[in-house]
Amino acid sequence: MQPIARDRQSPPVNGPATGALETNVQPRPPARTAGAEHPADCPLSIHDMTVAYQRRPVLWDVEYDAPAGKLIALVGPNGAGKSTLIKAVMDLVPKASGRVTVFGEPYRRQRRLVGYVPQRESVDWDFPVSALDVVAMGRYGRLGWLRPVGRADLEAAREALDRVGLKDFASRQIRQLSGGQQQRVFLARALAQDAQLYLMDEPFASVDAATERAIIEVLRAMRAAGKTVIVVHHDLETVPEYFEYVVLLNMRVVAHGPVRDVFTPENLRKTYGGRLTLLEEAAHKLAKRDAPV
Amino acid sequence: MIAAARFDWPSLVNLLALRDYNTRVVVLGVGAFALASGVVGTFLMLRKRALLADVISHATLPGIALAFLVGSSLGVAGKSLPVLLAGATVTGVLAVLFVLAIVHTTRVKEDAALGIALSVFFGGGIALSSLVQQSATASAAGLDAFIYGKTAAMIVSDAWLIAGGAAIVIAICIGFFKELRLLCFDPAYAAAQGRPIVAFDLLLMGAVVMITVIGLQAVGLILVIALLVVPPAAARFWSDDLRRVVLISAGVGLISGVVGAGLSALIPKAPSGALIVLVSGALFVFSLIFGAKRGSLWRWLEARQLGRRVAEQHFLRSCYELVEDDPRRAFSEGALAANRVWNAEELARMMQVALAGRWIEAAGSSQFRLTQAGLESARRVTRNHRLWEMYLITHADIAPSHVDRDADLVEHVLDAEMITKLEALLAADAAALVTPPSPHRLPSVLPSGAAP
Repeated sequence: MQPIARDRQSPPVNGPATGALETNVQPRPPARTAGAEHPADCPLSIHDMTVAYQRRPVLWDVEYDAPAGKLIALVGPNGAGKSTLIKAVMDLVPKASGRVTVFGEPYRRQRRLVGYVPQRESVDWDFPVSALDVVAMGRYGRLGWLRPVGRADLEAAREALDRVGLKDFASRQIRQLSGGQQQRVFLARALAQDAQLYLMDEPFASVDAATERAIIEVLRAMRAAGKTVIVVHHDLETVPEYFEYVVLLNMRVVAHGPVRDVFTPENLRKTYGGRLTLLEEAAHKLAKRDAPV
Repeated sequence: MIAAARFDWPSLVNLLALRDYNTRVVVLGVGAFALASGVVGTFLMLRKRALLADVISHATLPGIALAFLVGSSLGVAGKSLPVLLAGATVTGVLAVLFVLAIVHTTRVKEDAALGIALSVFFGGGIALSSLVQQSATASAAGLDAFIYGKTAAMIVSDAWLIAGGAAIVIAICIGFFKELRLLCFDPAYAAAQGRPIVAFDLLLMGAVVMITVIGLQAVGLILVIALLVVPPAAARFWSDDLRRVVLISAGVGLISGVVGAGLSALIPKAPSGALIVLVSGALFVFSLIFGAKRGSLWRWLEARQLGRRVAEQHFLRSCYELVEDDPRRAFSEGALAANRVWNAEELARMMQVALAGRWIEAAGSSQFRLTQAGLESARRVTRNHRLWEMYLITHADIAPSHVDRDADLVEHVLDAEMITKLEALLAADAAALVTPPSPHRLPSVLPSGAAP
């Protein structure tokens, strides 16, 4: 793990310099002071996380603290483990090792604070529900079991639909919506949850220009309200325009920090250029041997 | 006795009035089962686990046979329904666990795992049944009833047992409606929200096991899957709202169960299971054709209507192209025929339609001209077509020689909103917006003999 950890921050990595960079990059009160290993003001803190599918590692030794109240792009080539990282944070895929805390507590105690926008292709849009029904699902977490969806929840769901510009589509069956509208329904569902940290899996994937603008407007409003938003993003061109922070990922965190510092050709080359042949080969070998990763 | 009933009017009247005690018992038992299976079947279908129900039902056979053998050897009445159904439940649950174990611990895929579980458990069941047949009490066994269904054998305590099981299943589906809906629609989101999806999957499968077991007597283990799958599939043709789909599915199930059981009472020796399934199949076909939401009749009518509109718009545009420089000029049917690839019949029919609709009028011998109304429609249709062509050329980089065919497809589905957008996009060319000239050469102005 050590060699990988070392090139995690791309600029020169040496003792005090790293420390200075860290505080620069993430302007928050002295992190990790006197025993407070998981600061409650850090929306997402990932420590030493490795994730494997079928015993084949897809993420190695991820170490990351997300800055609060920022729009953060999670960028990397196909198969880099971007979705896996998000899913591992939410315990949707098992972690081989590592710790994740959300505002200083394990995820399972903070679920309500985390809003999730899955990929649009992850569900069957032929399902017999209306857009409003789907958005109201964002309220289930705060409703107990057996409690039906109430008027206040429907009101919150309507408001969320309004925020993504789909007020007039509330009663539409979801198959009758365009791809961009479906994506906005998922966004509205996360909004209805009123979380603090949002994890979005490619919300801009194959949406029309109008939807892209609508989504980015909503994201900016969320940031203005102090929310932290981590977005799996494919379009490198728009990263500097849409986001202030970026995480470059390719089976490991290649670099992270403010876009202006980290989003450099050098780092992008490290992320996208050349296959990580040795890491991948090792993963293959581990998978074949049924090694206990 | 029901089996002895002949198809005569008095017995039909008796049946409809539920005058006969046996009939009432059967209606209670079968109706409760079929209603509940329509409810839980909806969630099963939406969770895409319908085949698991088939595995469960086939896996009940070894349980029934074992329960009979064990029961008789212990001196308990082996044939009593609660004992047999308890055995069925045990092996049904075992089959589910068997499938889950294979899928989660090996690389065998789910469909193969389902096939393995179904055949192995059912094979074991057949082997055990042959043991039952050989035993001294074979005549008393009547295990056939569980394979093919035999409502006539139902007694009142059986019916109440079935109704109790059905009530539990319905209560689960109503109580956990919200959770089951989320589980079926988006399990990953449910898990992220902290819903124990494995527990809810097991709850759903438990409900399916219960329905399967209580349905054995009514429709038999081979056909019980039908009442879990057919009613929800039929109901889906009627509504896009899960609550209504559940209600309609329950209704379809209830009607199938009661009508099917009733028919089997009227027709001597008719197997009730088969009749119940046939009734549900008829309701499915009816829904498939007439269903308000996705019924094929409406889709066919819509397609036909669109086809007509397409033909009309092509006709109007052809007329317009012929007389574009002077709208009052007359033209012949022959000129129209040369303008497009028509077949003669289609063109002749469109001429009739256009004359009847007063889009065109006769102007001398075999000459026609556009009426004022026809001209306006034709101009609008042509404008849409050309706006779309220009959009394709300027915004989609399609060669002018190819846009005509593409626009031919799209122009008919352009609605007012899209046309406004087109106008905004092409606003730079404002002068052209009146009715832009065709961006490519038209066949009618091609030198004669030129290839189209």
